[in-house]
Amino acid sequence: MIEFRSVSKTYQDGTAAVEDFSLEIPARRITVLVGSSGSGKTTVMRMINRMVDPTSGTVEIDGVDVATREPVQLRRGIGYIMQNSGLLPHRSVLDNITTVPRLTGVSKADARRRAFELMEVVGLERSLADRYPSQLSGGQQQRVGVARGLAVDPNILLMDEPFSAVDPIVRDELQQEVLRIQAELAKTIVFVSHDIDEAFLLGDQVVVLERGGHIVQQGTPTEILANPATDFVATFIGAERGKRRLVVSDSTPAIGDDRVLVDGGGYPVGIIAAPGGRLEAGNPNPKSRSVSNKTDQAGDA
Amino acid sequence: MDWGWIGRNLDLIGGRVLEHVALTAPPIVIGLVLSIPLGYWASRSRVARSILLVLGNIVYTIPAIALLVLVPVLLGGAILDPVNLVIALTLYALALMVRSAADAFAAVPHDVVSSATSIGYSAWQRFFAVELPLAGPVLLAGIRVVSVSTVSLASVGALTGIENLGSFFIDAFQRQFLTEALVGIVAVLVVAAVFDVVLQLLGRLLMPWNRRNRRAAENPALLRTPPIGGVA
Repeated sequence: MIEFRSVSKTYQDGTAAVEDFSLEIPARRITVLVGSSGSGKTTVMRMINRMVDPTSGTVEIDGVDVATREPVQLRRGIGYIMQNSGLLPHRSVLDNITTVPRLTGVSKADARRRAFELMEVVGLERSLADRYPSQLSGGQQQRVGVARGLAVDPNILLMDEPFSAVDPIVRDELQQEVLRIQAELAKTIVFVSHDIDEAFLLGDQVVVLERGGHIVQQGTPTEILANPATDFVATFIGAERGKRRLVVSDSTPAIGDDRVLVDGGGYPVGIIAAPGGRLEAGNPNPKSRSVSNKTDQAGDA
Repeated sequence: MDWGWIGRNLDLIGGRVLEHVALTAPPIVIGLVLSIPLGYWASRSRVARSILLVLGNIVYTIPAIALLVLVPVLLGGAILDPVNLVIALTLYALALMVRSAADAFAAVPHDVVSSATSIGYSAWQRFFAVELPLAGPVLLAGIRVVSVSTVSLASVGALTGIENLGSFFIDAFQRQFLTEALVGIVAVLVVAAVFDVVLQLLGRLLMPWNRRNRRAAENPALLRTPPIGGVA
């Protein structure tokens, strides 16, 4: 578990990036910090691995104040995946994945073996191992970034808008990949995003931030969707524009038993199954939130 | 022109080529090595950058002959000692190279450095494993200029009696003997060209990613790979 206790960050010029921020991040779950730019979401996340040190307040991992940990050692134990992959351009794919294990003294042979396993986990062909990052597509680079983040088998994975620079189709694939990997590995993931759809898809817990790291609402996607706390949240999730309120289109003819759904603006957004004119009930448990047997393992974030 | 003179003086030419190499290789290497910490410092601090670049410009403005006289006076050595020339050439090399090195480190992508820090590189590890190699291509470009300039500048040393390829120019001038001047010019060009080839080969050896990246940029087909399980 990661715990923020009244954390503030004020820069030397007086700008307050984060003010009095408190949050509990449960172990083995995905917590998405979502907000527009300037909301302090990345600053908050970077306090976990001491890339940013708070001006006041404490950040604790399993009850240990990170300020007492040596930053370099702390960072080696936490997976970090960022936008534009952040790969070392002068190292091959394999060397990029093995870099942190090598820094911590894992033998070259062991690190390579593990790297090949991880390439498989993230869906990369072995033949790409000797390529340089610039010889990969954007999506492949992000996969390498994920593999590198997982290389030391960290309990905590920090993901800083990792998929915001890839095209929508690849982003969709990568998001599904994260859910699949999470179902397998159950890490404590802190995910920063400005995309509310991404937050709702991935987050077990979604935290909506406003300027200065103020939490406007936190909860499961269902809770936030059903009951936006403020107008800001309503606007942010698109409820205000009617984007989230869907109705069955009466003007579009049914396709077999399917009907077309339109949002508040009358734009078609999807298809719903309506066998015999009746709407079906769905299973309300998304994949990512089905690791319930692992929830109460305190002390292993 | 007296082509026969060349044949008769091959030993002399060979000897002076070696002397020229011995006088110019150390300044190039020392200049590069010293420019790395200074350039890194300049890339991190605006004040350091201004001071170092101004100092470099001043040093580079000092006429070579003056510097050759100044160095033994300041350091208390004999005026004809070849070490004076090595020191003077090192100062010129450094003066030129500091700017390149400062630019080289400033050009290292900030997000790569930040990413290396985030995953747990210590400052030293990051410098040697990330910043120095990524500064490599610009450092190489800088040292190639320095190499050519040092090889040509060294000839001036002959004026103070330090034997090298420049000695041919002095002889040629005093004896009004064109062949010798031509031999000197060609030999200097050849030494400069050989140095440049060596530097380029070292660059390819030490920075293999640099060429492959450029190739990938020119040939997008390298980026195309068969999709993996329907995803790419």
